[in-house]
Amino acid sequence: MSNFLKKIDWLSILIYFFLVFIGWLNIYSASYSGETSSIFNTDAFYGKQLFFIGASLVLIILVLSVEAKFYERFSGVIYLISLLSLAGLFLFGKNVNGATSWYAMGGMTLQPSEFAKAATALALAKFLCDIQTDIHNIKDLFRAFVIISIPALLIIPQPDPGSALVYAAFFFVLYREGLPASYLLIGVFAVILFVSTLIYGTIWVFIGAAILLAITYFISKKRKKKVSVFKLILILITTCLFSYSVDFIYNNVFEQRHRDRFGLWLRLEKDPVKLEQIRKTIGYNTYQSESAIGSGGFIGKGFLEGTRTKGNFVPEQHTDYIFSTVGEEWGFIGSALVVVLFTLLILRLIIVAERQKSAFSRIYGYSVASIIFFHFAINIGMVIGLLPTVGIPLPFFSYGGSGLLGFTLLLFIFIKLDANRINEW
Amino acid sequence: MRKLLLSSIIVIVAIVYIGRLSYLQLLDNTNKNPLDDTAIKAVYDYPERGYIYDRNGELLVANQPSYDVMVIPRDVKPLDTVEFCTLLNISKEDFSRKFEKAYTYSPRLPSVFVPQLSKKEYAILQEKMRKYEGFYIQKRSLRHYMTSVGANILGYISEVNDWDLKEYSYYQSGELIGRQGVEKQYEEVLRGRKGVKFIQKDRFNRVIGPYKEGIYDTLPVPGKDIELTIDNKLQAYGEKLMIHKRGGIVALDPKTGQILALITAPNYDPDLLVGRKRSKNYTELYYDSIAKPLYDRALNATYPPGSPFKTVNALIGLQEGVIDEQTTFTCYHGYRYGRNSFMGCHCPYGSVNNLDRGIYMSCNAYFANTYRRIIEKYPSAAEGMDAWQKHVESFGLGNYLGYDLPTGQSGKVPDEDYYNLVYGPKRWFATNTLSNAIGQGEVLTTPIQLANLTATIANRGYYFTPHIIKKIENDTIAHKFVEKHQTTVDPQYFEPVVEGMRDVYEKGTAQWIKIPDISMAGKTGTAENFTKINDKRVQLTDHSIFVAFAPVEDPKIAIAVFVENGYWGSRWAGRIAGLMIEKYIKGEITRTDMEEYVLNGSLEEEYAKPLSGKSFTINDGKFIKWPVKDTVNIKVPNNDKPIP
Repeated sequence: MSNFLKKIDWLSILIYFFLVFIGWLNIYSASYSGETSSIFNTDAFYGKQLFFIGASLVLIILVLSVEAKFYERFSGVIYLISLLSLAGLFLFGKNVNGATSWYAMGGMTLQPSEFAKAATALALAKFLCDIQTDIHNIKDLFRAFVIISIPALLIIPQPDPGSALVYAAFFFVLYREGLPASYLLIGVFAVILFVSTLIYGTIWVFIGAAILLAITYFISKKRKKKVSVFKLILILITTCLFSYSVDFIYNNVFEQRHRDRFGLWLRLEKDPVKLEQIRKTIGYNTYQSESAIGSGGFIGKGFLEGTRTKGNFVPEQHTDYIFSTVGEEWGFIGSALVVVLFTLLILRLIIVAERQKSAFSRIYGYSVASIIFFHFAINIGMVIGLLPTVGIPLPFFSYGGSGLLGFTLLLFIFIKLDANRINEW
Repeated sequence: MRKLLLSSIIVIVAIVYIGRLSYLQLLDNTNKNPLDDTAIKAVYDYPERGYIYDRNGELLVANQPSYDVMVIPRDVKPLDTVEFCTLLNISKEDFSRKFEKAYTYSPRLPSVFVPQLSKKEYAILQEKMRKYEGFYIQKRSLRHYMTSVGANILGYISEVNDWDLKEYSYYQSGELIGRQGVEKQYEEVLRGRKGVKFIQKDRFNRVIGPYKEGIYDTLPVPGKDIELTIDNKLQAYGEKLMIHKRGGIVALDPKTGQILALITAPNYDPDLLVGRKRSKNYTELYYDSIAKPLYDRALNATYPPGSPFKTVNALIGLQEGVIDEQTTFTCYHGYRYGRNSFMGCHCPYGSVNNLDRGIYMSCNAYFANTYRRIIEKYPSAAEGMDAWQKHVESFGLGNYLGYDLPTGQSGKVPDEDYYNLVYGPKRWFATNTLSNAIGQGEVLTTPIQLANLTATIANRGYYFTPHIIKKIENDTIAHKFVEKHQTTVDPQYFEPVVEGMRDVYEKGTAQWIKIPDISMAGKTGTAENFTKINDKRVQLTDHSIFVAFAPVEDPKIAIAVFVENGYWGSRWAGRIAGLMIEKYIKGEITRTDMEEYVLNGSLEEEYAKPLSGKSFTINDGKFIKWPVKDTVNIKVPNNDKPIP
């Protein structure tokens, strides 16, 4: 046993507990009502979260005591159960705030999508580590995409597009395992095209792309390189079609609230008065969270002293917007510390993943790092007003039992796998 | 390479996020002041406004509770509007309009629905208020006037306007501020300082509790009571005497500079500007452009002082040594000082007047000679004028006196620059400015300046700045009010002038209006005045002016009275001055004949003349032809049909 404890990556665990602790303090502050009551008061969010933290400790012990091989061997089964639990929501799910993402059991609710991430990571790792799988083979690549997409497709109609978006994190895993760089380039181009279409419109995107391709053609010709005009024109046509479809989807498929979010994010409204108006209405959450964070200044207002936190100015503050409490009460020092802690944890996980001898452990570890990174980047980016509003929680921080248990499970399976790396199977 | 992609993206994201955080938290200063925070609301605790007393401790202004009906639109439940409107005495349209206005302002915040209910309305409404959810009654404090006179002195209070809010950071919208009079001048003393409580609110504006356990909170500082120098009985008597006349009275206590009475006529009841009726009444007063009740004539009316100014020239002449008590001048029914220049006088042809006779007969020729000698004593008219002007200004003329009331005029004393501008340098002489000798020229004064001049003569050479404040609770009055101002004329020269003024009552122009048992000194004045009718200058009946002080040996009161279009000095102003002095010194009136004359007399007919549209007579029958309006050619537009 002592041997096992020595092999555990204590640094990751330390950061984990630190984040959970800071997270709980801020949930306490965000849901503190002024009257002193026990921190175990399960009527309040902080009391419930404390209960979930306790449950997480039990889960950690459970996860660490299971044989490491179990996770690899039963990954397929776990994945299937997870898919079934997601599908089951369509029949037995409970509707909370317009999304059917929960099972209600007694007084508790369970959100299967929070656990599906770990299951998908296990299944993907299992599939990719197989010697017969070759990521350069288009068939295998397609299979990997299927493994990733099924849970995402089950989550989208709940509807919970935010949680589904997280599955894009597996892109990093595939790239690490040998996905051709051209996919990466196409991905980047797609994002650039998407944004520039929204800002400048299809016609200017077409003109811009045509000019760029023409320049490419002449430069290549000067350097006496062979270029296929046909290919260039094909690229141009594809670009136009993509741009046009973006335009079409944006205007006809997206709902007004989505358009508003993008419009605000990209500052599509040019009139400053109207923009300010939009910031305070459609962008209310972001506006309030930016104001709350800004009011914190360098050292913050102090624990339980955040006036905007107390006044509940920021909606969903104990869940998705918990970081604004950090910003207001702990100031720049506190919020920068949280960013640094997350960065350290993710980098640490990547280092640990890279030292694995088994491909399964490495791929799984990489998935964990990617998923946590995605949550971290999207959540904080939204709270500080850099990214459009996407409702996903901040790992270990945001209030919510399923979220905390799901991330704990995700992380500690990897800790277990890592602890087992010496005495390989 | 593949291993590094995710790591480098993570590091870049971390750097960008920390950069964004430092922008929001360190550079962007829009959210820093905790008290500008939308989550914190200041709730004010208003102290009671200080009371105002007169010099004898009579309460003039107190406070009364007033009740506003407030509404929080969101909390309003369906109600019996007909009954509610009847209770509030408003129409149903009013109800919808007020409600909509309140809702537009804010559905969650309270707005005033019906302001300032009377006590009776409140009593009826109070019982039934609980039936109307979303409405409640808020208590406020209003001024309560215990006197019906002195509105020009007291001023009034009203809600701050946009300009006040910009100018004074102390005030919040909806608070009250003193306007005019003492309420304005002693605003900070009377107002005290409001207390503030900072309250933590949630995003629905609901109170959660005190902010930081109240460490920024302050307690209100109560307003201080003040005592005025006004004698309310004298003030009331003066206002009564001035009914149906226009003009001003200023009575001073010469020994201290305290203002005993400050009367402007017509005046209004201060209670008109309290509560719900204030804005309607104020508009009415404001638009009375003929009688101008809001215009304080005692402080603002600027006009030539007339004969009382002769005393100043006598004093300067004595000081400069150009005349003495025995100096005589012969009056040729006037004074000729050029081929076509003649200043008329009512003295018989060939009278030989010394200083005493000059004053009590009010001889124009005497003072024309004196004035000429003063100016011509110096090598040039400019230097003479300069010396003369310095003397005049030492009597508090030609500039703001510095009293503690918020309105006033500087008056005017011409100096050499003025005449240089009119005639060109070195192109004018004493004779060009000769009307200064009799107070009819460029010299302009206000009644309070004239009263102060009288007090200076009564004191034989000095004055205290006139002031209205007698005592401030737990405080002292401004130092400048206890500083003695010495004139440039030595005390010994005052006695002959005082003698002359005493003889005005004994054997001069005021011998018929003498008050028994009081030794008095005075001086009549009559000032020509003009108005414009149809853009033409038209002369009106002369203003009646009188200054006096009493008792001569130990002056207790100095007074200046000015009655617009009152014919001549002793007719109206002289009688009123005498009655005021008797009232103040004896407390009762023995010259009831004079009192009756003044109380029953009216000058309304006189004031109607320039508005009548008909020719009229002024003074002792001088005929004034109604000026014909200049005909203006009115172009008929071409497309108009010709008139058949």
